[in-house]
Amino acid sequence: MEYFLIFISAIFVNNIVLSQFLGICPFLGVSKKVGTAAGMGVAVAFVLVIAVIVTFLLQNYVLVPFGLEYLQTIVFILVIAGLVQMLEIVLKKMSPSLYQALGIFLPLITTNCCILGVSILVANGTYNAQGLEPTLLVGVIYAFATAVGFALALIIFAGIREQLSMVNIPKNMEGIAIALITAGLLALAFMGFSGVDQGIANAVGLK
Amino acid sequence: MKNFKIILNGILKENPTFVLLLGMCPTLATTTSAINGLGMGVATMFVLICSNVFISLLKNLIPDGVRIPCYIIVIASFVTMLQMIMQAYVPDLYKTLGIFIPLIVVNCIILGRAEAFAAKNNVLASLCDGVGIGIGFTLALTLLGLVRELLGNGSLFGMEILPESMRMLVFVLAPGAFITLGLLIAIVNKIKN
Repeated sequence: MEYFLIFISAIFVNNIVLSQFLGICPFLGVSKKVGTAAGMGVAVAFVLVIAVIVTFLLQNYVLVPFGLEYLQTIVFILVIAGLVQMLEIVLKKMSPSLYQALGIFLPLITTNCCILGVSILVANGTYNAQGLEPTLLVGVIYAFATAVGFALALIIFAGIREQLSMVNIPKNMEGIAIALITAGLLALAFMGFSGVDQGIANAVGLK
Repeated sequence: MKNFKIILNGILKENPTFVLLLGMCPTLATTTSAINGLGMGVATMFVLICSNVFISLLKNLIPDGVRIPCYIIVIASFVTMLQMIMQAYVPDLYKTLGIFIPLIVVNCIILGRAEAFAAKNNVLASLCDGVGIGIGFTLALTLLGLVRELLGNGSLFGMEILPESMRMLVFVLAPGAFITLGLLIAIVNKIKN
């Protein structure tokens, strides 16, 4: 049940883009078509889960035992950059079709702050684990749920922007200005979910 | 005179938030009040100036093929220093800004300026560019924080101004960030045209 709550909380209540403000750049950058938005969503899910596993193990078996926590930022960003590069090479060899689908998004992901952000949150155990011990499994589930939330927000937003491109917009509002206001309204809609996770937890008798 | 122009260019013509539209995550997330926006802006400016100077010093030593990883290491080192300094001297602000301090590493403004400016210009010009872009970013964040704090909390830098009945809490919350920034960009576009 707690695992289900993690999903609800990460996808709807605390959506990574619309309430945590991580990953805004791809959210505004690659959201002009639903197809590319879905591709970006899958690529982020893929990289995020792998990055969280690697950084969690690094944090708990290398950095903490040797007292090197202060190197976290440098180590994590290097690992993520290396990981993305490696994934690109492995995918190219192992699964050319997947590489074709995700290829263009992979280099962009290194500087996607939701990867580094979620890695740091999971490694430090400072995310909302719904009362569970922040172990590797819980962290991976949280990361995957976060990625689903990211993909959902991105795809909805891309759908709206596809429609938006067909209407007349005041000249000064064109482009990013109207996109931001649309995102604001979307965030307002997602605010309607606030408290849902707590409600479900109470209804099934947790906490 | 030329260097003064570079600084002014960063503040107005190439304002990172309103014109270049870079570094949106911290812009939206940390501007719940003017003071938080100012803090985030100054923190980013520190890293930007240091990395710009350092990279322009090293530009002849760094091989072209691995320049991006090298830039990232330089930036990450300065961010780590910033984290330590902030933990020591302004622990409260450090706590409020939270995860967005380590995330300065992936702020596209810093890597963007390293690649577009510091790698091609001398140390003094890179320093001025860092100062200009940094001030531009700080001003934009402070302005956004001011508007959101005034509309949402009815205060300016913590001083209460508006009565409770005139406050719109939504401006301090997530949707307010998007809407305020959207409107500010539209106003800037209007002035530009």
